[in-house]
Amino acid sequence: MSDPNLPDEAARRRYWKHNLGWLGGLLMIWFVVSYGCGILWVEQLDKIRIPGTGFKLGFWFAQQGSIYVFVVLIAVYVKVMNRLDRELLGGGSD
Amino acid sequence: MDVRIWTYLLVGLTFALYIGIAVWSRAGSTKEFYVAGGGVPSVANGMATAADWMSAASFISMAGIISFAGRDGAVYLMGWTGGYVLLALLLAPYLRRFGKFTVPDFIGDRYYSKLARFVAVLCAIFVSFTYVAGQMRGVGVVFSRFLEVDVNLGVVIGMIIVLFYAVLGGMKGITYTQVAQYCVLIFAFMVPAIFISIQIAGNPVPQLGMGGEFEGSGVSVLDKLDGLSEELGFGAYTEGRKSTLDVFCITAALMCGTAGLPHVIVRFYTVKKASAARSSALWALLFIAILYTTAPAVAVFARTNLLRTVSDTAYTELPGWFRNWEDTGLLAWVDKNGDGKVQYTGSGAAFETREGDPKFKPYFRSDDGGASLRGASGERLLDNPATGGDNELYIDRDIMVLANPEIARLPAWVIALVAAGGLAAALSTAAGLLLVISTSVAHDLVKKTFVPELTEKGELVLARCAAGVAVVVAGYFGIKPPGFVAEVVAFAFGLAASSFFPAIILGIFSKRTTMIGAVCGMVVGIAFTGSYIIYYKFVNPDASPWFGISPEGIGTLGMVINFVVAIGVSLATRRPPEEVRDLVDRVRLPRAAFGEDDAGPSAH
Repeated sequence: MSDPNLPDEAARRRYWKHNLGWLGGLLMIWFVVSYGCGILWVEQLDKIRIPGTGFKLGFWFAQQGSIYVFVVLIAVYVKVMNRLDRELLGGGSD
Repeated sequence: MDVRIWTYLLVGLTFALYIGIAVWSRAGSTKEFYVAGGGVPSVANGMATAADWMSAASFISMAGIISFAGRDGAVYLMGWTGGYVLLALLLAPYLRRFGKFTVPDFIGDRYYSKLARFVAVLCAIFVSFTYVAGQMRGVGVVFSRFLEVDVNLGVVIGMIIVLFYAVLGGMKGITYTQVAQYCVLIFAFMVPAIFISIQIAGNPVPQLGMGGEFEGSGVSVLDKLDGLSEELGFGAYTEGRKSTLDVFCITAALMCGTAGLPHVIVRFYTVKKASAARSSALWALLFIAILYTTAPAVAVFARTNLLRTVSDTAYTELPGWFRNWEDTGLLAWVDKNGDGKVQYTGSGAAFETREGDPKFKPYFRSDDGGASLRGASGERLLDNPATGGDNELYIDRDIMVLANPEIARLPAWVIALVAAGGLAAALSTAAGLLLVISTSVAHDLVKKTFVPELTEKGELVLARCAAGVAVVVAGYFGIKPPGFVAEVVAFAFGLAASSFFPAIILGIFSKRTTMIGAVCGMVVGIAFTGSYIIYYKFVNPDASPWFGISPEGIGTLGMVINFVVAIGVSLATRRPPEEVRDLVDRVRLPRAAFGEDDAGPSAH
C-alpha cells in the first residue's frame, strides 16, 4: 500500500466517483430511450413520422432505435472507462 | 440440386467444422475447461457470447412471435438486448475482477456463507436445465422438418455432437465452436432477410426496407401491412394491444433476467481483464443487434407475404409450401363455409383444443389403414372441433422463419441454409448451458461444498462426467418434453431477475449489504415471483392478474421486493466483516491500482 507508484486513497475515491457519475448518466439515457420512448410515450411519438420512411417514431424506437442506442451507450462507457483507467494508473490499463 | 441434398450438404459441412474445431482446441486443465484459460480475445468472446445467447428460440421463433404480436413484440427486442447494457455497466467488469469461476463463487464469498453459495448453485442448475431441454427439442425439430428423420433420432444426433465437443473441449472448445456457429447462424438469418427485403421494398438492408415503400406502390410497407391487418380484423400492426404497465414490467423482467443468467455471466470470466470484459460485452451486443434489428423486419415482410398469399385464395391454387407444412402439422385449414377458399381473419382460433388434451394443436384424421382423410378441396381433415368464428386457418408461429424462404420463392440453397442456421443456434446455446451445469456440479457443489480436497485432475474428470450426464438428461427431456418447458423457459428470466440480479448489484455497489439481508432478499423475491407465476399459470389461469401484470412480467415486482427486503434487513443487522468490505473495495478498482497484475481467474 505504501508503494509510491500506486494511486493514493484520494485518486481511488475520485475514480469510483467518476465511474458512478458516468453510470448514472448513461443509465438515465438507457431508461429514457427504452422505457420512455419505446413504452411510456410511444403513443405520442407515434404521431410523428420519420421523414422519408414509413416508420412512426414511437414504433421505430420500440423495435429498432432503442437497440442502436444500447450499442452506442456501451461503446461510450468502454471509451470513458479506458480513459479513467489510464488516468488512475498513469498509462497502464486494467 | 433439390432442397434435401443441399440441406444434407450444408448441415454435414457445418458439423464437420464444429468437430474439427473441438479436436483442435480441447481443454487440458480445469481453468481451460471452465473459462477457456481466461485469455479469449474480446471480439471472439463477443461472438461466442452472441451465439451462446441466441438460441433456437431467437432464431426460429422470435420473428414469428413478433409478426403475430405487432408492436408489442418490442418487449422481446428491447428486453433481450437492453440487459447487455446492465451487464456491461453494472456486472461484467466487477465480476471479472473478482476472479474465480462462477456466479455462486461470487455470492458465496461476498456474502461469506456456504448457504448462500448453495442456494445460488441450485438456482443456476434449475435455470440452465429448463433452458437446455428446449434447445435439444429445437435440434430435433429442425432435423425432422428439413432432413425428414424422426424427431427423436434428431435429438440423439444432436446429443452426440454436443457431447463430443462440450466434454472434450470444455469452455475452450465451446468458445471457438460458438464463433463458427455465430457466423453460420447470422449468415443463415441475413440471406433470406436481404432477399425478401429486396423483393418487397427494393432495399437490400432489411432494417431500412422495413420503413421503405411497398413494391414501388407509393404506400409504405408498414402502412400496407396495417391496412391488410385491419381489413382482416387483426387490428393495426404498428399499434399496441397490451397495457403500458404490462409491457413495462415484461421488458424490465427480461432485461434484468438477461443480466442475471449464469450462462451469460460466465462468459465474462473467459477474457483477460475487466476492460476486456467491457469491450466483449460491446462486441456481444453488436453481434446480437444484427439479428435483433433484422428480426422485426423479417416479421413485417413475412406477415405481409402471408396475408397476401393465403387470404381468400382457393386451397387448390395455393403454392406447394402450404401443403408441405400442412403435413408437418404447422398449418391447418378448416373449410367452414365450404367455398374452397382460405378465410384468414382476426376472429380467434379456427378450431378448439381436442378434448382431454392439454395442448392446443391440430390433429389430422386418418382411416384405419393410416391414410390421411381429405376434404373436398384436398385439405387434410381435422379431428379438433371447429369454432364458431369465421377464421379458418391455423398457423404455427415458427413457420414465419422456417417457411419464409419458401413463401418468398427463394432458391433451394437458401432454404437449406435456414436449417443449418437453426441447428447452429440450438447447438451453441445447448453447449454453453451444459458447461454451466457441469461447472456448477463439479466446482460449486462437489469441490467447494462437499469434497474440498479434490485434486485438479479429479475435478476435471468429474466436470467431464457431469457434462456427459447433463447431455443425456437434457436429451431425455428433448425426447419426452414435459408440457411446461416452453412456459418455464420464459419464467427463468423472471426468476433470475428476482433472485441473482439484486444480490449481485447490491454486492458490488453497497458494502453495507449483509449476508442475512441478501439471503432474505433472494428467498422473498424468488418465492413471491414463483408463487405468482404458479398461481396464475397453473392453479388458476383464468383469474385476472394484479393490475394486469402478466406472469411474464411479475419478476420486475419480485426484483423490487428483493431490493427493498435486502436493504431493510441489512440495515437492521450487523455490518459485514472487514475482509468482505475490503473485497468489495478491490472489485471496484483496477487490480493494478493495488500493485497486482491480473493473470486471469485462479483456482483457490
